Amino acid sequence: MIPRGVLTATESKPGDGPAAPGGSAIANLMASTSRRSLILRRMKRNWRLYAMLVPPLIYAAVFLYWPLYGMQMAFRDFSVAKGITGSPWVGLKYFRTFVDSYQFWPTIRNTLVLNVYELFAAFPIPIILALLLNSLRWALYRHGIQLILFAPHFISTVVVVGIMVMLMDPHGGLINQVVGLFGAGPIDFLGEPSLFRHIYVWSGVWQSAGYSMVIYLAALAGIDPALHEAATIDGASRLRRMWHIDLPGILPVMVVLFVLSMGNILSTGFEKVLLLQNSLNLGVSETTDTYVYKVGLQSSIPQFSYATAIGVFKSVTALILLLCANWLARRSTRESLF
Amino acid sequence: MNGVFVPRRRIGNTGSDRTLTIVSAAVVAAFALAILYPLIYVISSSFSSGAAINAGAVKLFPVHPNAEAYRQIFDSPAFVRGLVNSLIYSISGALLGTTLTVLAAYPLSRRDLDGRKIILFVLLVPTLFSAGIIPTYMVVRDLHLLNTRWAIILPGAMSMFNVIITRAFYQLTIPEELLEASRLDGANDFQFLLRVALPLSKPILAVNLLFYAIGQWNGWFTALIYLTNEHLFPLQLVLRQILLQNQVTPDQMGSDAGALVAQKELFDKLKYALITVAMLPPLIAFPFVQKHFVRGALLGSLK
Repeated sequence: MIPRGVLTATESKPGDGPAAPGGSAIANLMASTSRRSLILRRMKRNWRLYAMLVPPLIYAAVFLYWPLYGMQMAFRDFSVAKGITGSPWVGLKYFRTFVDSYQFWPTIRNTLVLNVYELFAAFPIPIILALLLNSLRWALYRHGIQLILFAPHFISTVVVVGIMVMLMDPHGGLINQVVGLFGAGPIDFLGEPSLFRHIYVWSGVWQSAGYSMVIYLAALAGIDPALHEAATIDGASRLRRMWHIDLPGILPVMVVLFVLSMGNILSTGFEKVLLLQNSLNLGVSETTDTYVYKVGLQSSIPQFSYATAIGVFKSVTALILLLCANWLARRSTRESLF
Repeated sequence: MNGVFVPRRRIGNTGSDRTLTIVSAAVVAAFALAILYPLIYVISSSFSSGAAINAGAVKLFPVHPNAEAYRQIFDSPAFVRGLVNSLIYSISGALLGTTLTVLAAYPLSRRDLDGRKIILFVLLVPTLFSAGIIPTYMVVRDLHLLNTRWAIILPGAMSMFNVIITRAFYQLTIPEELLEASRLDGANDFQFLLRVALPLSKPILAVNLLFYAIGQWNGWFTALIYLTNEHLFPLQLVLRQILLQNQVTPDQMGSDAGALVAQKELFDKLKYALITVAMLPPLIAFPFVQKHFVRGALLGSLK
């Protein structure tokens, strides 16, 4: 430290003379060219690392960036015969068609209601579960419970919906057997529009609360035990320590997960919505994603440009929501995703 | 508060702590039961007699246990075809996905790789801003992959989530001294990756393989949009047809079983057996990935 400081001090002394600016410029130039050649030499030496990156980058170019390039279809009158670049530009025509269509408000409303409901129902539960489980000391019990709660995350959506269909079957399904015990008639749970949102959200809690809980548990494991020891000596109860130590400790993770779910607020659960959808609950189950799927792929006359435009509309809105949530989180808690 | 109350407060606190422990244990146990019970009910029903299921006699354990339903579904050509297809998709998806992930993650974990931030950024942008299903569909169509197995395997082959956790694993577990030592021994980067880094990263390779395999096993939506040829359908799509659309042709359930399909009793039982076969492989595999997945999930959520 000291010799270097002395050296720079002695070096800077002759720098006061008139020749100094030119001299330092040459030194800078030499330094930068030598740095550049150093980088080039290092890149040359590491060519094998770049070669390894070629397959993943080809994958990204074809299946991630080519679709992004294809998004311009939303601004063109795409026809299969002319191809993407051959189709004429139409500007925002298809966005206007979507906003003006009678499907616009119902799909937006359904999407928002479904996801906001899910966000507020599903967000606190894993936190509570993690705090409770973390307060238990018996390792075997904790691990067993964690394993069970995590498991449904690995079951496919088709299977989850399949189980729901079987258990909620109006003719002899398990839940209707229980309902029958109370003297009520069989309920067609999946055909009842007023129940659709509850079924969607709470089956989601059933499937994914354990996954988020495991993330919070990992964050809780990172909290300095000295904090707990000090608080215990001061006479703080377990509940107080949960509130004053555990909860602030996992706040960063909470914020990140919240911001991420804000970004997903227009797209979560598309597969499950599609599987749960039927002609009876269409009024509450038609979301932007299922609508895109219908007009773009399922219909006998697919409207590619229109469907892409709705997709672009959704992606842009989701990105804006994510950025807003991130900004708000940074302002209010000083934690953020980026 | 003066000193007289201190002991009382202490006692009260440990008492409330004990209450909290009991309440916590009970709440998490109740949640665990709510998760386990439907799964156990489905498995038990698949081994019970159709009459018992319909009469509501199945509560927890199988009633009149038998494996009739499994014999039936394994005789069904559609089911066996779906099972074989799902195995093909899972195995090839696991191998391809893991290869791509390692090829991206290892170089990006090296500090001496110039431009790694730019490359990482390039790979991450599409995860923030997705193109949506139609443009991806058009790419698959333009590549003439529609109605081929490649349409299922290629489009989602690499997950950035896995790249990030694998990269973090390499950053944390492969010390730079190791690289320098093997350089002195004359090893180049390819040899280092193959002979040193890969053997040291067996746990993360296992996580990747299982993760991609489970993803393919559980996937059905790509198959729904890219495939029309039923001979290529994965199990989940076959399951969807049978469970949710009640599309059952004698061909699907085997010609002999076709007559029996009319009987709802047997059909329910078959459905329970199908659900069981479709959900068990991931449930058996996941405890092995759990530990690393937790670490990865935390890392992934933090970056």
